[in-house]
Amino acid sequence: MLSQESLQQIDREIAKYPPDQKQSAVMAALRIAQVEKGWLANETIEFVAAYLDMPAIAVYEIASFYNMYDLEPVGRHKITVCTNLPCALSGGVHAAEYLKEKLGIGFNETTPDGKFTLKEGECMGACGDAPVLLHNNHRMCSWMTREKIDQLLAELDGK
Amino acid sequence: MSTQGMILAGCDGDRTWRLQDYLARGGYSALKKIVAERIPQDTIIAELKASVLRGRGGAGFPTGLKWSFMPRSFPGDKYLACNSDEGEPGTFKDRDILRYNPHSVIEGMAIAAYAMGAARGYNYIHGEIFEIYQRFEEALEEARAAKLIGQNILGSDFSFELFAHHGYGAYICGEETALLESIEGKKGQPRFKPPFPASYGLYGKPTTINNTETFASVPFIMNMGGESFLNLGKPNNGGMKLFSVSGHVNRPGNYEIPLGTPFAELLEMAGGVRGGRKLKAVIPGGSSAPVLPADIMMGCTMDYDSISKAGSMLGSGAVIVMDETTCMVKALERLSYFYFEESCGQCTPCREGTGWLYRVVHRIEHGLGRQDDLDLLNSVTGNIMGRTICALGDAASMPVQSFVKHFGDEFMYHIENKKCLVSPEAQYAGSNIYVSPSC
Repeated sequence: MLSQESLQQIDREIAKYPPDQKQSAVMAALRIAQVEKGWLANETIEFVAAYLDMPAIAVYEIASFYNMYDLEPVGRHKITVCTNLPCALSGGVHAAEYLKEKLGIGFNETTPDGKFTLKEGECMGACGDAPVLLHNNHRMCSWMTREKIDQLLAELDGK
Repeated sequence: MSTQGMILAGCDGDRTWRLQDYLARGGYSALKKIVAERIPQDTIIAELKASVLRGRGGAGFPTGLKWSFMPRSFPGDKYLACNSDEGEPGTFKDRDILRYNPHSVIEGMAIAAYAMGAARGYNYIHGEIFEIYQRFEEALEEARAAKLIGQNILGSDFSFELFAHHGYGAYICGEETALLESIEGKKGQPRFKPPFPASYGLYGKPTTINNTETFASVPFIMNMGGESFLNLGKPNNGGMKLFSVSGHVNRPGNYEIPLGTPFAELLEMAGGVRGGRKLKAVIPGGSSAPVLPADIMMGCTMDYDSISKAGSMLGSGAVIVMDETTCMVKALERLSYFYFEESCGQCTPCREGTGWLYRVVHRIEHGLGRQDDLDLLNSVTGNIMGRTICALGDAASMPVQSFVKHFGDEFMYHIENKKCLVSPEAQYAGSNIYVSPSC
């Protein structure tokens, strides 16, 4: 269900915790699974649960509690833009409006070609870098002027 | 390039975070001395108490006292946790410590483990900073290879295993018991206290949790001595502190300065108010700290006692600056939405109350406010505060109370005129995309 490489990564996470506390690796395991699959389908969650000897419902609870897990398919490039107050004071909302205009979609929508999903994010702990956005949860893009947003979208469009 | 400060002194951005750079800055000398000379645990804790280091995550609890609560004679497993789940809007200091000087955190945790007899620790890193998590993992590998953590540290009989745990998007995990639940592979819902983590923490074992900046300060305190550290700041407010300055300033960023520095000086370091506009209000300690009007703030010094006397909190040291183009109703609406979104849902007053707060502020902002809405807001906050397991309920309430208290006229103007006191054009221009030329 998950690739050998993903399973190796999960095993490395399990090893961080005491031998009887395998479930501590559940957040990492879901992250690794999501990177491989793009999102967390029920069968992926069930697979992770079986791998960690956890009830599926307990893993589903984790996946639905933490907001960086995607329980529905998203575009190849998920862009999450912070609009919380400190970012908003330096153009976070303007950057989000510009992204909506460029992509022709609103928050929680995906472009018809399946390339881009736009999300509104909460604090990313990078308020000094505003406007700030995350690409696919793991790459932070700082000081996103309209020009830099153009560059980023052009770069991602080719991928 | 950071030339001032303490933790970030001598750090040169992304170029000097590795072990060799930290060693060149005198890093790990405190740990080496402690291990080589077998310095008694009590001596370390006494030094920390003398430093009057107070928790840098927000609560400001004296660190030495916290460490002394740990039952060192307890024969079973004991744990350490570092709280790097930095998600309080306005706060972005721990991210810079972890990316520019990760070994200071590792050394601080190793000293803490020695002082409290903990054999295992976790650094819980905020979900949205994955690249920083990866860097910290690399720093851990360097430290492990150099025998600075792991089994038989520096050839001694002291062992300490340290790992990084990556969050995945939940503000509540910054609450220390929610953080422990999260490491245990559960939803991050705070535990009822007592028992406190020092007696029942991670996996039910004694655990001490400190903020990233708190741990990172420890090696410096050990090197300079507690009293010297205290003297960097002012009485009861020891040392240097990182302040994250965001919002309407010319140079947003982190500034590591002595506690007790006048706010006016910090504002000047951050380049002053953007575009030469007039300062309107400041949230001095992260989004949950009560907002202060400009005139009160300009009379404050940046330390726990001065900000507390002015009616707010130093909190995490996150300074959100708002100028005259800010609509205070809209600013509060955004914060209230955040707390509504991030309530873990466990306690009814918070789960339901944060929704009430957001919806009422939202309707005032959108011209649908009612005459008695300010009384309603105060009533809802009164029914949340002190009635929840953790402090998120209070954190959601304090902004509402303080915005209404200091800017009540602006809220009433909204209710009566169904529009902002500040023109939409001025707001739009004032909060347009701004990137400092130095970035």
